[in-house]
Amino acid sequence: MTDKTLNCPLPLHYEHIVMAHGGGGRLMQQLLDDYIQPVFNNPLLAAKNDSAVFDVPAGKMAFTTDSYVVNPLFFPGGDIGKLAVCGTLNDLAMSGAKPLYLSCSLILEEGFSLQKLKQILNSMQQVATAAGVAIVTGDTKVVEHGKADGVYINTAGVGVLETALVINVQAIQAGDVIIVSGDLGRHGLAVMLERDGFEFEHNIQSDCADLSGLVQDLLQAGIDIHCMRDLTRGGLASTLIELASHAGLCFELQQAAIPVQDNVRSLCEILGFDPLYIANEGCFALCVPAHHAEKTLALMQQHRLGKQATIIGTVKQEVERGYVSLISEFGIARVLDLFSGEQLPRIC
Amino acid sequence: MKFVDEFRDPQRVKQWVQAIQEITTQPWTIMEVCGGQTHSIIKHGLDQLLPESINLIHGPGCPVCVTPIAYIDKALSIAQEEDVILCSFGDMLRVPGSQDDLLSLKSLGADIRIVYSPLDALVLAEQNPDKKIVFFAVGFETTAPTCAMAVYQAKQRGLTNFYMLACHVRVPPVMQALLDAPDNTVQGFLGAGHVCSIMGYHEYPPISAQYQIPIVVTGFEPVDILQGLFLCIQQLERGEASVENQYKRVVTEQGNLPAQQLMKEVYQVLDRQWRGLGNIAQSGFALSDEYAAWNAEMHFSVADIQSNESRECRSGEILKGLIKPAQCPAFNTRCTPEHPLGATMVSSEGACAAYYHYRRYQND
Amino acid sequence: MCLAVPGKILSMTDADALSRMGRIDFAGVVKEVSLAYVPEAEIGDYVIVHAGFAISVLDQEEAKQSLLAFAEMDAQED
Repeated sequence: MTDKTLNCPLPLHYEHIVMAHGGGGRLMQQLLDDYIQPVFNNPLLAAKNDSAVFDVPAGKMAFTTDSYVVNPLFFPGGDIGKLAVCGTLNDLAMSGAKPLYLSCSLILEEGFSLQKLKQILNSMQQVATAAGVAIVTGDTKVVEHGKADGVYINTAGVGVLETALVINVQAIQAGDVIIVSGDLGRHGLAVMLERDGFEFEHNIQSDCADLSGLVQDLLQAGIDIHCMRDLTRGGLASTLIELASHAGLCFELQQAAIPVQDNVRSLCEILGFDPLYIANEGCFALCVPAHHAEKTLALMQQHRLGKQATIIGTVKQEVERGYVSLISEFGIARVLDLFSGEQLPRIC
Repeated sequence: MKFVDEFRDPQRVKQWVQAIQEITTQPWTIMEVCGGQTHSIIKHGLDQLLPESINLIHGPGCPVCVTPIAYIDKALSIAQEEDVILCSFGDMLRVPGSQDDLLSLKSLGADIRIVYSPLDALVLAEQNPDKKIVFFAVGFETTAPTCAMAVYQAKQRGLTNFYMLACHVRVPPVMQALLDAPDNTVQGFLGAGHVCSIMGYHEYPPISAQYQIPIVVTGFEPVDILQGLFLCIQQLERGEASVENQYKRVVTEQGNLPAQQLMKEVYQVLDRQWRGLGNIAQSGFALSDEYAAWNAEMHFSVADIQSNESRECRSGEILKGLIKPAQCPAFNTRCTPEHPLGATMVSSEGACAAYYHYRRYQND
Repeated sequence: MCLAVPGKILSMTDADALSRMGRIDFAGVVKEVSLAYVPEAEIGDYVIVHAGFAISVLDQEEAKQSLLAFAEMDAQED
C-alpha cells in the first residue's frame, strides 16, 4: 500500500534535536525507536506501555528520584548520563536497597547534538548493565533553543530491601565508627576545572561510580550498618554535619585520617578550597558498630571502589545539638560548619 | 606538597609550642597582620596551643574586609552596564555593598566572571573585542603587582576595551595607624610574609624604632607562625624592639625589585578609606595618570558613588583588636555569613567569619 | 592572605623578561604562570605563586634552616 496523502518528502534525518522530537509525531517515534529503545533495550520498555508493570518481591521497597543538570555535560571520568544512573543507584544503595528498575526523563534543548545524546544514553545503559538494573520507563520533552543547557535528566529508581536492618539516621549510636569509602573531592574539582577553565594540567577524574554493589557485599556479609550517606553536594563535611545534627550526636573526625589525593590537595591549596566540602559522586560514609569496623574495612578494601576505605572518626556521646568536630594533626578540635554556598576560588 | 607539608609537621609544631611556653613569663598581645595568618591560626587551632597569656589579635590584612564599601558599590554599578564583563577574584563576590553583592547580581544576569589571575581578564578582553572587560583589582602589595602587569600589558598591546577598578591598599600605613590609635593594645607584630616578598621589609625598622615594637616578618604555615611568635615573644621578654625575618626562604630585605618597579610605573600612592577603620593617609594605590585611559573610575560614571556602612557593624573595633567578634551584639544574631552586616563576616579570612565557622559553639 | 603556594619550574618560554611564562608543577598539578617578576628563576627552582604570578624564588637553603629543631637552631646561632 502506498501513502498517497504525502506529497512533500519529510526531512526525517536530523543531526540535532528539533522541536518535533518532542511533538508526539513521527520524529518523536523515530527518536524513541532509533535512539532510546535500542540502547536501553529491555522487554518492559519495548512493551511501550504508559507505565512499566513488574512483579515485586514481598517485603520493603525503596523509591527515590533525582534530577541532573551538570555543566559541562562531559567531564573527566564521566558524563551526565553516567552521573544520572550512578546518582540514583547510590541513593537506593544508601538505604540498603538492591536497585531493580530505573526511569529516565529527558529534557532536551532544541539544537542538541543527537550524536552526543547517543553517547549519553550509552553511558547510562553501561552503568545500568553493570549494576544489573533496567531502565524501564521514561519521557522525552524538547524545549526551545536557549531555554535549557543541552540536556537535563531525571531518573527515579526502585529497589528492594533484602536486609532486615533499619538503616537510617536514628540508628546511629554513640560508639559507632565512621568509615569513608574513598578519597575526597575529585568529582567537584574535575567538573569545576572543565567548566571554569583556569587552565590547569591535571589528571583529576570524577569519582562518579555506582556504589550499590559494594553496599550489597557489606549487607550480604552481615555487617550491621547503622547509617550510610553518599557524599555528594557539600562533600563529607556538609553531609556529616547534617547527619550529626539530626542524630543529636557528636561526630569526632581525625583530620589526618581523611583520604585526599595529592593532586586534589594541591589544587585546593592553590584555589583556597577545603576538600572536605567538595562534592563526590562515588564515595560514601557509613556508621557501623566498633566491633564490625575491621571486618567492614577488610570487605570494602576488597572491592574496586573501596580500596581506600578508612576509619575517619567515631560517634561520641549524645549532645543537646549534634555537631561534627575535626581534630587537627596537632590534636586541636574545631567544629565544622556548613558553608553558606559553593566554595569560590580565592586569592586571599 | 614540598615546602608546605614539612611546615605542618606535628612534631615540629610541638617543639615550637614548647619553646614558646619556656620563654613566656607574662601576658603579651601580638597582632598577626595578614588574614592568611589568621586563617592558618584558626584552622589549625594554633592559638589553642599557646600559653593562655598570649593574646593574638587578628589584623586588618584582608582585602575583602577592608575594601571600602564605595568600591563594592562601584563594581556593582559597573557590572550592570551594557556590554560589560566584570572580572573579579572569587573573594569579592559575596562581599555586601550598600544594597547587593556581586553574586546576587550575577544571578540576575549580570556577566560577572571569577578569574584566577588578572592576566585571565586580559585574555577575555582580547577574545571579546565588542565587550568592555573591567577587572576589579583589590588586595595588598602582594596582589597589586599582578594587577599592575595586566594593565601594563593592556597598554603595551593597545587594548582599548580593558579597564581596571583599582582599590589596592598598603600595609605599613595601616600598621602605623593602629599604633597611633590612643586605644592601641598591640605590643608586637607578625609581619605579612607575602606582602614582604614584594616590598621587602626596609620600611619596618623606622616603625619598630619609633613605637618600640617588635616586628617579625612571618610565613603562613603552622611552623612559620609559631617561629614568628617565638621570635616576637623573645624580643618582648628581653625588652627589645627590632625587625626580624622568620620567612627567609621567601622574603629578602629589599623585596622584589622588578615588581616594585612596575608598580611605580602603573600606580600612584594616595590616601585611602578602609572599611571599618576610616581614612588612612598614603595607604592606597590607584592607577597613575598615564593609565587614565584604562581606569574604570574615569570611564564609567561611578566617581560620585557615596556609600554608607551598617551602623550596627563593629568590624572597625574588631580589626583594631578592641573587641572579639563574639562581643559584638550582632554576631551570630543579625549578622551571619548568609546576611553579613560587614565584610569581616564574609571573607573566609575575616575575623568574624573565622569565629563563626570555627568557634561558634565554644564559649570564648 | 595573599594565598601563595610553592611549585617547581618545569619549563619556561624564551620571551622577553616581562612576558616570560613558566610551567609550574604543584605536586601533580601543572599551571602556566608569569615569570615576569622572577627574572633570576631557572628550571628546577621552586617559586612562590600568587594569582598567576611567581612572586619569589624559594631559597631552599633557608627553608632547610628554618626546619631545624629549636635546639639545633640555637646551636647554629651561637
